[in-house]
Amino acid sequence: MAYNLKEEMNKEERFHAGHRLCAGCAAGIVCRAMMRAVNPEDKAVICNATGCLEVSSFQYPYTAWEDSYIHTAFENASATASGVEAAYNVLKRKGKIAEDKEIKILAIGGDGGTYDIGFQSLSGALERGHDFTYFCYDNNAYMNTGTQRSSATPRFASATTTPAGVESVGKKQVQKDLTQIVVAHGSPYVAQTTLFGNMKDFHEKAHRAIYKKGATFVNVLTPCPRGWQYPAENLLEITKAAIDTCVWPLYEVVEGEYRLTYEPKKKLPVEEFMRLQGRFNHCFKPGNEWTIEAAQEYVDKKWDELLSKCV
Amino acid sequence: MSIRDRLSGNEAIATAMRQINPDVFAMFPITPSTEIPQYFAQYVADGKVDTEFICVESEHSAMSACLGAEAAGGRAVTATSSAGLSYMNEVLYVAGSLRLPVVLAVSCRALTGPININHDYSDSLAERDSGFIQLYAENNQEVYDNYLMAHRIAEHPDVRLPLMVCEDGFITSHAIENIEIEDDTAVKSFVGEYKPENYLLKEENPLAVGPYGVSGYYMEARVAQAHAMINAKRVIKEVAADFEKTFGRHYDLIEEYHMDDAEIAMVIMGSSAGTAKACVDELRGQGIKAGLIKVRVIRPFPAEEIAASLSGCKAVAIMDKSEGFSACGGPLFAECAGACINMDARPKMIDIVYGLGGRDFTVAAAKSVYERLGEIARTGQTGPVYVHMGQREV
Repeated sequence: MAYNLKEEMNKEERFHAGHRLCAGCAAGIVCRAMMRAVNPEDKAVICNATGCLEVSSFQYPYTAWEDSYIHTAFENASATASGVEAAYNVLKRKGKIAEDKEIKILAIGGDGGTYDIGFQSLSGALERGHDFTYFCYDNNAYMNTGTQRSSATPRFASATTTPAGVESVGKKQVQKDLTQIVVAHGSPYVAQTTLFGNMKDFHEKAHRAIYKKGATFVNVLTPCPRGWQYPAENLLEITKAAIDTCVWPLYEVVEGEYRLTYEPKKKLPVEEFMRLQGRFNHCFKPGNEWTIEAAQEYVDKKWDELLSKCV
Repeated sequence: MSIRDRLSGNEAIATAMRQINPDVFAMFPITPSTEIPQYFAQYVADGKVDTEFICVESEHSAMSACLGAEAAGGRAVTATSSAGLSYMNEVLYVAGSLRLPVVLAVSCRALTGPININHDYSDSLAERDSGFIQLYAENNQEVYDNYLMAHRIAEHPDVRLPLMVCEDGFITSHAIENIEIEDDTAVKSFVGEYKPENYLLKEENPLAVGPYGVSGYYMEARVAQAHAMINAKRVIKEVAADFEKTFGRHYDLIEEYHMDDAEIAMVIMGSSAGTAKACVDELRGQGIKAGLIKVRVIRPFPAEEIAASLSGCKAVAIMDKSEGFSACGGPLFAECAGACINMDARPKMIDIVYGLGGRDFTVAAAKSVYERLGEIARTGQTGPVYVHMGQREV
């Protein structure tokens, strides 16, 4: 069935309003879209790493989640999901869950809980091949504690632990390419997406990931108006710039086969993405032109590498 | 019908696990607990259990997977030692606060450093505030029996707390002893099926687990957890009573050995109690009124029971097989001294830190402690309160 946003929006909400995420936070949109990708007749268990989303969506005695939800700690969403999946398998085998009943196991964490502190737990769960889908809402820094750099922070972004200054042009290192690392695990379905347009790209990838057997992974670029320093209403402009500059290419890897899912009509220069955000302000100061050149060079190199892998 | 068998403590635990047939076992190896999942892996390979056996990539993930499995509605178990237990530390507290009755077998081993694989209680006693119930055993039979009682205590509706079944690394975990193994069917019927009221995979009623609790709610959750630990004391005794009725072996929070008229006594844990009992027998043969308390349950701490048992004593040695670095005594000493604080006539009390990293504890060593207690009882002079025993002169 063809994707239809209007029909999708008619589905019962499974991530409710009233959560405490910031105005304009993209993580809430990710959660709503993620839950729309679970078939209405199926239940889900969400395993959430500590972070903005956790403290904002399940503050006792309220929860925004319609489905079962568990948070245990920061670095272990994948391990927790592994346990849920193991219990699901055995309860099903013992007839305690009906044979025809599908319960989808989802894990979700920010880049801190996924790229960094939760990396070991994620890698272990991927290698073991539990039947679950991990969603990373990558907002490029530790936002819950106030925009400290993570391994997902792009080079030259100013974060509170890599501030720009007389001697500094922001973070020194490039973003860890986690999506590629997950591909290297041999995961049956890996995708990069973000929120843009009618959300078709996100929805289709999320649905494929959730309904593909095995440990699957969706990396979602999830802008943060506080940390990236842009007006909250500019979210879709930012994500569009990210994909059109190829800073965040959209692709999926199905059973090891790469497929580009979005090719910009005209590849924009990287500064079109950077100039929309306060975290790159210093790059536009006289004398720092080289940072934009270096950023462009890196994006071009990564884009070419990706194109060479795509069929 | 019980079966007489020769088993190590690790194999006794693995056997109990096979009989209980848990839903999920998440494992990561560490000496000396590794044999437990190894034996269990063979049960899985031979189709003797229905368990989902997952080989995770760390102890932190082992406990995290247990949390997920237990919250999802399964009975979850794991085993570890030493650094592995320390690595679990964060999620042990989460298990307690989420009120998930995970059962964890601990082959107690010294903490690094220097790195050492032998026995003391520095790993498990460091976790005494984690919210786990902790059962300790003198010998392999007690290890097995404690495991049979573990799930019933942990899963009791008035408790719902995680539980550690502790054995002494190598001493009980690896040494082979004759023990009584109970019949599979009898064990299954004693332990019963796990039937949580609410769980993640309950189709008709979703569950949210692990909230952010602001100051307006956090304290209520912690107080409820504290009450559960208080309830555990009663439940441990109830389960022990049913265990005795079913299998004939008696257990309590503490074991008193010649305490009725004891003037000098030791408070001790685990396998060392067996050694010290031999010493008590010898002293009793000489007409010396020596006694011993073996603490089986460290959490909940049997403070009233210990105080009552020590009430007739003149001098008491608390035997600490872990160092707390408080500069004034080990953890068991602090707990026992606290237990006695409101007694009308307190015995003189000293702390002996011994046996660290597997340093041998002998009948002669126990005897030297009782000799010192005799001296304190005669003179009323305590002398040094906090001493280490068995180390080379430095």
